[in-house]
Amino acid sequence: MRMENFTPISALLGGALIGLGATVLLALNGRIAGISGITAGIIRPARNDWAWRAMFVAGLIAGAAAYRFGGGPLQDLQFIPSTLAIVLAGFLVGFGARLGGGCTSGHGICGLARVSKRSMVATAIFSTAAVTTVYLLHHVWGGA
Amino acid sequence: MPRSLAAGLAGLIFGLGLAIAEMINPAKILAFLDIAGDWDPSLALVFLAAVGVAFFGYGWALTVEKPALADSFSLPEKTRIDVRLVVGAAIFGIGWGLGGLCPGPGLASIAYGNFDSLFFITAMGLGLYSAGEIG
Repeated sequence: MRMENFTPISALLGGALIGLGATVLLALNGRIAGISGITAGIIRPARNDWAWRAMFVAGLIAGAAAYRFGGGPLQDLQFIPSTLAIVLAGFLVGFGARLGGGCTSGHGICGLARVSKRSMVATAIFSTAAVTTVYLLHHVWGGA
Repeated sequence: MPRSLAAGLAGLIFGLGLAIAEMINPAKILAFLDIAGDWDPSLALVFLAAVGVAFFGYGWALTVEKPALADSFSLPEKTRIDVRLVVGAAIFGIGWGLGGLCPGPGLASIAYGNFDSLFFITAMGLGLYSAGEIG
């Protein structure tokens, strides 16, 4: 384990804010902060259901921008996979999230917060699939 | 409209949290998923804190009849664990492991101006749309 990459304080603080953001969306709008679901509703908008979704996504990007331009420690992102892999990954993430009814935020955070059995199962499955995929790509097929 | 502003505020807090947690950096997510390599357990703490806060926050939010700015809570209704859930989660997980990004971080990472973020989001949009087509 690379200790210099382990960032417990910022992880806990960032996580708490994520949980707070989800709480605010539920308390004020009555909505689950499942990003895949929110985004899906932008791609296929229902009447009168578009604006809050667009604003949430805009806020999401603005929040990250505020951190970046406010001088947060993370100033450069590192995209390791090839562009082709990233495109394929994006498609699988979108497709799988829509099919499975949620993603890391919808199931992994909001669903678990609601103690939803469906979300517990989904989270266990996608976590296992992700770890297995990384293991195969980095240690079996591709080499470290 | 207050509902839109509220959603914007929620997104702002959420996005700020993602950035502070460094979850918008695919390398950091992959380092968490790479348990056989140089393992970075930070994401575990992110989830712990996020679920912890949301658990209590949700509990508090749901003590009232309706949300502050809407007529009702829009909560998921499905309770059955069906094939779609299992297959969808598996496909999602493979994608997450392949790219190191999922929807929230993928969108938020746009703030950093990388073309790869746009490629990911566009492909994700196609995936979301396609799955919707198959019902």
